[in-house]
Amino acid sequence: MSTTVVNADTEGKTWGGGNQPLKASYGKMMMWFFIVSDALTFSGFLAAYGFSRFKFIDSWPIADEVFTHFPFLHGVNAPMYYVAFMTFVLIMSSVTMVLAVDAGHHLNKAKVTLYMFLTIIGGLIFVGSQAWEWNTFIKGDYGAVQTKGGNILQFVDTEGHRVALKDFVVADTHKERVQDERKSGLWFTSEGTLPTYTVEEVVNGLEAHDNVLVRTQIINEEGEKTVLSRAESLRQIKENGKLVVEGANLHVNEYGSPLFADFFFFITGFHGFHVFSGVLINIIIFFNVVLGTYERRKSYEMVEKVGLYWHFVDLVWVFVFTFFYLV
Amino acid sequence: MAHAHNLAILRGLIKFKSNTQKIWGVLILLSIVTTVEVALGIVKPSWSLAPVLGMKLLNWIFIILTIVKAYYITWDFMHMRDETKGLRRAVVWTAIFLILYLIFILLQEGGYVFDVYKDGFIKRDF
Repeated sequence: MSTTVVNADTEGKTWGGGNQPLKASYGKMMMWFFIVSDALTFSGFLAAYGFSRFKFIDSWPIADEVFTHFPFLHGVNAPMYYVAFMTFVLIMSSVTMVLAVDAGHHLNKAKVTLYMFLTIIGGLIFVGSQAWEWNTFIKGDYGAVQTKGGNILQFVDTEGHRVALKDFVVADTHKERVQDERKSGLWFTSEGTLPTYTVEEVVNGLEAHDNVLVRTQIINEEGEKTVLSRAESLRQIKENGKLVVEGANLHVNEYGSPLFADFFFFITGFHGFHVFSGVLINIIIFFNVVLGTYERRKSYEMVEKVGLYWHFVDLVWVFVFTFFYLV
Repeated sequence: MAHAHNLAILRGLIKFKSNTQKIWGVLILLSIVTTVEVALGIVKPSWSLAPVLGMKLLNWIFIILTIVKAYYITWDFMHMRDETKGLRRAVVWTAIFLILYLIFILLQEGGYVFDVYKDGFIKRDF
């Protein structure tokens, strides 16, 4: 005689227990509610980005001018093509994931294995692309001068094309300037890599080249950054120039407001971390599929649950793409 | 496991024969939307730069197209279309309500801080 109550004879009685009004298993439902809470976390970040952007609405960097690179195409101005490619990769891996779920419903182990594998590959391509994107962003390519007030001054020629520091500045006066390292003085003080040039050298270079002008952060009525006159350019750099900035990190950012770089690192980093953990979970599930765990269980619901998470990562990217690169 | 999928999208305008076919159909739809977004972002036609409700028309188009994409990802890839009404509403409305509130509060405040900087006695341009 069994002592375990499997069914308490309560079918048809609304309040008797055993009802499943949402017709979803516990695991799937909890995945949904985890996704809701994670979606709120991400919207918190994106809304904070929106806050900072509205706070600096007249001087925020223009994304088209920041993300202009494509791998193996040096010097080609290709705004957004690479992120569009990344978006497509992620959507594609979402498709293979949903195909894996579909194959799971038909208990087709071979197909689930194949589609899970393709999903993992898609995820890896995406994470790799993001690493490349970060690398390009951190290195920067034109360089700029930060003012005492923390604004960024960039350089353009008379036609409005960007000019890199290395094209008009000569490094000559700062031979004696040495990077402060832990071993050279107090053990708890050190500084980052020194910029290639000093502000003084930038001033000299600007004076020597009549066709170089300064561009400020302020966005004018045409939606472009303001370019100063020649006299005004020299005055700005001489009076306010404080620091030469090359590339971006959490403190300074050659593209404009440091907050832009901070949010870029934080939001795409947090999303990249989600993709990375998604890939790890997918790999675990992939091996379970290969080992036949779900075949014996006669249910591929685990694939469905991890699929929900994977689609959610794609969903978040759709929003990050819009708010970081398009809007 | 009997899984009945709702195979119609766009309010029944397009009906697919199988779930697999629907997946590819949705992929094509999402790809078209993304392509349109990227093309608009690169071309930036002059009509789209007109200000509408405090933002450029183009930005509104981007946001609407993003929500369209989010809808199809959730409804068809995550199979929200096949869940019960109760689960769907618990997930979707909770998120939408809280997110709208958060966005309203933060953007309103950001705009206010901008005005304080702009009109107040705070010097930023140095």
